[in-house]
Amino acid sequence: MTALQPSLACGIILLVAIWVCWISFSQAPAEAFLFPRLISVAFVALAGWTFARVLLDPRVAEGGITWTLVKNILPGVVVAGVYVFFAAKWLGFYTSSAIAFIVILSLYDPAPHDQVRAWLKRVAVTAGYLAVMYLLFSIVLKVFIPRGLFI
Amino acid sequence: MEFAAYFGEVFTVPAMLLLIGGTIGGLILGATPGLSPTMAVALLIPFTFQLEAVHGLILLGAAYTSTVAGGAVSAILLKIPGAPANIATTLDGHEMARRGQGARALQLAFLASLVGGLIGVALLIFLTPVLAEWALAFGPSQLFWLAILGVTIIGSLGTSSVVKGLLSGCIGLWLATVGFDDILGVQRFVFHSSLSGGISIVPALIGLFAIPQVIAMFADGRRMSSIEAISVERHPLSRAVRELLSRVRAVVIGTVSGSIIGLIPGIGGQIAGLVAYDQARKVSPERDKFGTGHPEGIIAAESANNAMVGPSLVPLLTLSIPGSPTAAVLLGGLLIHGIFPGTDLFDNHPHVAWPFINSMLIGQILMCVFGLYIASLAARVALVPKSIMAPIVLGLAVFGSYSVQHSMGDVYVMAALGIMMYFLERFGFSAAPLVLGLILGPIAESNFIQGSLIAEATVGPFAYFFGGALNLLLVAIVVASVGYSLYAELRARRTAVAGGDAP
Repeated sequence: MTALQPSLACGIILLVAIWVCWISFSQAPAEAFLFPRLISVAFVALAGWTFARVLLDPRVAEGGITWTLVKNILPGVVVAGVYVFFAAKWLGFYTSSAIAFIVILSLYDPAPHDQVRAWLKRVAVTAGYLAVMYLLFSIVLKVFIPRGLFI
Repeated sequence: MEFAAYFGEVFTVPAMLLLIGGTIGGLILGATPGLSPTMAVALLIPFTFQLEAVHGLILLGAAYTSTVAGGAVSAILLKIPGAPANIATTLDGHEMARRGQGARALQLAFLASLVGGLIGVALLIFLTPVLAEWALAFGPSQLFWLAILGVTIIGSLGTSSVVKGLLSGCIGLWLATVGFDDILGVQRFVFHSSLSGGISIVPALIGLFAIPQVIAMFADGRRMSSIEAISVERHPLSRAVRELLSRVRAVVIGTVSGSIIGLIPGIGGQIAGLVAYDQARKVSPERDKFGTGHPEGIIAAESANNAMVGPSLVPLLTLSIPGSPTAAVLLGGLLIHGIFPGTDLFDNHPHVAWPFINSMLIGQILMCVFGLYIASLAARVALVPKSIMAPIVLGLAVFGSYSVQHSMGDVYVMAALGIMMYFLERFGFSAAPLVLGLILGPIAESNFIQGSLIAEATVGPFAYFFGGALNLLLVAIVVASVGYSLYAELRARRTAVAGGDAP
């Protein structure tokens, strides 16, 4: 793995730190930004140090993301993202949760997709999951769950 | 002996049901690889909203106690530590299980956990009120330094890279300032309407601990799991008790190491088992047998893991400095019930503090009893495929975050922080210091502002924040923890370079 990815990650953190510092020192009233000013100085110093170390000494670079990892996590993250940021409010919590559950289960279940038995198992597990969530949140905890187009 | 007066409150029907439920659930969650104790406790917090504060804390305390012990089940039967704290248990536990001694290994693990856990909670009972009284001497400047100490100590001692640990702490401190300023009511760093009320602790905790684990479960793709649980044979419990009594040295080493490590803020239980295992091996005449299925390896590691639980709550309940990441989540649980650690806890909420602490004593016994009987079941549950576990945790995270304030904004913040944390973890950053920064940020800021106002009217900021023996002691500890960790990191890097390995 090259030091490019850690450099990029540390560079982004440094940019955020500089932005926090700039906001802290440029916004008024100063009293409201006293504590942010204090921590933003340490934030920039530490982020700058981390970025400089990765840039100057690639041996300290650690971690990274491979293509295989991206290919594996991307479908799940996209489904989870659509579920959380759009579907939950639009379709309703229970409907969107059921759809997200069965889609993620199908994406990552090693059983072949052409087996009827595998699909029956997925549907049964999803139904069981929904029943438990309904019991926990709507019956036991009595949480008001937002309804969208459905429930 | 004030604690004894509150024992009766643990033996009520709701408290006992929660204690038993939390213990069984914690054992199963702890045994499940990929679900850390911290995440389990974070996911449980929303379930405590409907409960009285004392009952909510009893549930969280039971889950904390039993998830740590439950990790031994998968360490022994699956060769996968349920949590990082159980790594040392894997070394000898799984070897014993492979030889057909799984039940013996599990019995020794749970009995050692019981002994270590009881002594750890006893320390919690006797040390906490003394330290809480001592904390009365703390003014705004000392409380500010304590909050900074909490962040720096977990950032420097509890992570692999000191600078990245401290940087994570800074990110947490910054995130804590998002929203309205408490004194002037000015909006700070609000770049989306979801953030106008600031970042709520519970959704943030759920996002930071649960979502990275969900994404990590996706990382294996559609791979078929090849792990199989080793079946457990019958083994008389009385023989395991006699064996434990004959190996007192390992119990003492584990319990003492775990208790001391638990008391040091920030280090947590992850290293307690490994340190105790290493010490037990060094002093054992049978040190060559360690790693080949030696009972003393399991006893030392597991007694240390559970001995750490009680003492890790001492700095939390007295000074607001969590001893471990899970203790940090418990602090979040206390704060959302409007309870602040320190003397306030024992003076104004003794009916919450003492039953909670006492319940951990009972919880240790329940953990041992249920652990011995449901270990095989827990190991089977631990084999639930990640393709099922990931959407379950995701759903619990969404419903749990929403239920805090009935706000979709909280759900968005939870998901955004979780995704950010997954990528930060990929580059060597850690969630624990970030969470500490987020939790201790408001404490640090309010005391910093109060201190600044007092300083302006009296001796000036430098003399106020750096004057006096207590301030200097706290600053010295901050500098020493960061300095020592930097030195240790540099030395390890030099050794690795000299050995020809990439660091």
